[in-house]
Amino acid sequence: MYRSKAHGRWLFIGIAAAALAIATPAAADWALDFPASATELGNKVRGLHHLALIICVVIGIIVFGVLGYSLVKFRKSQGAQAAKFSHSTKAEIVWTVIPVLILVGLAIPTARVLIEMEDTQAADLRIKVTGYQWKWRYEYLDHGISFFSNIDDASNAASILGAGLELHEHYLRDVDKPMVVPVGKKVKLQLTSNDVIHAWWVPEFYVKRDAVPGTINETWFKAEKTGTYRGQCAELCGRGHGFMPIVVEVMEQDEYDAWVAGLTAPAEPEALEEPEAAVSQIAPAAAGGASSR
Amino acid sequence: MSDTTHEEHHDGPHASGMWRWLTTTNHKDIGTLYLVFSLIMFLVGGTMALIIRTELFQPGLQLVDPHFFNQMTTMHALVMIFGALMPAFVGLANWQIPLMVGAPDMALPRMNNWSFWILPPAFLLLLGTLFMPGGAPAGGWTLYPPLILQTGDAFPFVVFSLHMLGASSILGAINIIVTITNMRAPGMGFMKMPLFVWTWLITAYLLIGAMPVLAGAITMLLTDRYFDTSFFLAAGGGDPVMFQHIFWFFGHPEVYILILPAFGIISQVIPTFSRKPLFGYVSMVIATSAIAFLSYVVWAHHMFTVGMPAAGMLFFMITTMFIAVPTGVKIFNWLATMWRGSISFETPMLFAVAFVILFTIGGFSGLMLALVPADIEYHDTYFVVAHFHYVLVPGAIFGVIAGVYYWLPKWTGHMYNETLGKWHFWLSTIFVNILFFPQHFLGLASMPRRIPDYSVQFTEFNMISTVGAFGFGLSQLLFVWMLVKCVKGGEKASTEVWDDPQGLEWTVPSPAPYHTFETAPKV
Ligand code: HEM
Ligand SMILES: [Cu+2]
Ligand SMILES: [Cu+2]
Repeated sequence: MYRSKAHGRWLFIGIAAAALAIATPAAADWALDFPASATELGNKVRGLHHLALIICVVIGIIVFGVLGYSLVKFRKSQGAQAAKFSHSTKAEIVWTVIPVLILVGLAIPTARVLIEMEDTQAADLRIKVTGYQWKWRYEYLDHGISFFSNIDDASNAASILGAGLELHEHYLRDVDKPMVVPVGKKVKLQLTSNDVIHAWWVPEFYVKRDAVPGTINETWFKAEKTGTYRGQCAELCGRGHGFMPIVVEVMEQDEYDAWVAGLTAPAEPEALEEPEAAVSQIAPAAAGGASSR
Repeated sequence: MSDTTHEEHHDGPHASGMWRWLTTTNHKDIGTLYLVFSLIMFLVGGTMALIIRTELFQPGLQLVDPHFFNQMTTMHALVMIFGALMPAFVGLANWQIPLMVGAPDMALPRMNNWSFWILPPAFLLLLGTLFMPGGAPAGGWTLYPPLILQTGDAFPFVVFSLHMLGASSILGAINIIVTITNMRAPGMGFMKMPLFVWTWLITAYLLIGAMPVLAGAITMLLTDRYFDTSFFLAAGGGDPVMFQHIFWFFGHPEVYILILPAFGIISQVIPTFSRKPLFGYVSMVIATSAIAFLSYVVWAHHMFTVGMPAAGMLFFMITTMFIAVPTGVKIFNWLATMWRGSISFETPMLFAVAFVILFTIGGFSGLMLALVPADIEYHDTYFVVAHFHYVLVPGAIFGVIAGVYYWLPKWTGHMYNETLGKWHFWLSTIFVNILFFPQHFLGLASMPRRIPDYSVQFTEFNMISTVGAFGFGLSQLLFVWMLVKCVKGGEKASTEVWDDPQGLEWTVPSPAPYHTFETAPKV
């Protein structure tokens, strides 16, 4: 099946430059940096990233500057004569001690953010997140709400090998039922898995944590702005790993309350479906068996 | 070693054809075998990389099924690490260590033959898993359970082939340690050894420390799957995360196994073409040892999202950050070697200079990855992919290539074609950056690694990266061509080859005769 397409790869390369020039403007955002953060903590992480990047760029300019100067200035073809020195204790101490100082300076603010990040106490809302091959299940421990979150149908259909369907704006980053949380509240996630290791990740929250079978991992976020935030599984979990998106809707408290009420008011709503009922289409018929895939 | 035995009267191989290569115990023959094997594996692994990059050229699945894609990422890494890079370094060690320390051969020549000939069957087995029911392993080269336990019929074959590769590496490492400690020419104290010999000595100890740990981990996987143990299975009271600790206790030293010999090569090449002795020899040795030591206490920096106490994360963050210090010392020493030298730009030097620049870029991203809160965002994205490809491709692989150009005239007796070498250099260097630099941006924009398909906002940089991949891959064909031409003929190389290079290897004729240093040289 893929052999018949092998020649297409050469075609791809042939048209690469052209394709780049005409790439759809809607998709072309050429992002060069971390996304803007939707959480206060995320802003601090982003700040650390920028701090580290700037330090690296400055060191890089110095190191590559010295290198470039040497390569131009001390060329044999320009008649350069080699000196004979082969060590200098003073220089060696300098370029050992200065990096140590820079690193200590970088480690201190980083440690502060880390400690803040690990503080999962005093949460306003607890959600248990379970990874499955290949979907997520969200259980609102304080409300008794529970549902599965699968990739959306449009992405699912378009992601079949050679489907050739048009890809929508949120291709592979849309779900049927998103996680819903109130704005400005500390949400604690308790992560685990039903089968292999997955990782729950929403880039704009700066939260990523593994969902490990047999273990409950904790993390938290506090979204500052309402809106829709998209992410996806970040730990290789098999065939459907690229196809288990995460969407979080952040709402005002009253909208959120209405959403909760809508799901809890009538007895036995759609909560607590059996896993089998919602097996994603991209999963092969036997979701577990190794030799069947 | 002084008595001349009957065998040593011959000055060529004793057998001919295939039999010669199967039975050879000559370090030069075995070095050649390793290097040729490595080149073949480099091309095989490269083909897999091009399949990956072709699928990722644009969003949507066009070429391969996701399960096959995962097999490709897994096999690409295993082939490149265990098939291309490690054998390349062992091949260079085989050729060069006896020549550089003035020894007639490796200390354990029969074992040397054995450690090479384990490799081809191991790789036949590993590559053969592609055709087994359920396909090759598809859980990533890191082999994390429980996912890796879902491998089809291939599973025990993968474990067995990795055991063979480990055995081969350990035998090779023992041989190198014994050779270096016992067979140096009179007068060559430890602190007079060339740096390539030093870095290999330290690497060999890393191998002996790390490979058995991998062997233990994969054996536990095997018993978990077939003998009802539950080392890593939560249902039986085991812990999947324990595997990751064991794996990375092997895995981080392993990544230094892949770079330390390259540091050694660069430390040989830069002084030769700067016409100046290496700056800071003693601090180079200390820095290499410090890196090797630290490499055993940083492993959990690969696992910051797995759930660890904050104190643990801080510990691993700080140890990891401090690896940057000895790494920095090495880079500064190379700069100081070039400073006020008399520099010329033959191909080995070009690759060495590119190594210094591009490896440093990989070191920078490594430092950024050490910062836990930021790593939690970088982890398992293309930012990490960019990091380790910068240290491994224009790092480790450029190191190997620099070494090959540097010593090739000694091996073949011919100068390589300098024009071809320069083309190979410039095309490789330009394309490797087109290939890997945009991956930093993809990672920052939150594209996960190991996915066969991606959402549309990642399209542009993926296209650029794929173009770079084909450019880089095709440029390596120039390398193959250059090698073939140089083996077949070319300008005669002198004994010294370069302008007054330092080291015993430049005192024997080019090509180096089949037997060298039958009587030990004086240093
Ligand atoms: C300054 C020195 C270095 C530092 C501080 C550093 C740091 C790191 C960190 C923290 C990670 C984990 C990233 C993550 O998964 O989130 C990583 C990954 C990696 N590094 Fe480095 N690194 C350095 C040098 C090297 C070198 C020299 C090599 C090999 C030649 C290397 C090869 C790798 C590889 C292969 C991975 C990814 C493994 C995987 O997950 O598949 N690194 N590095
Ligand atoms: Cu996944
Ligand atoms: Cu590491």
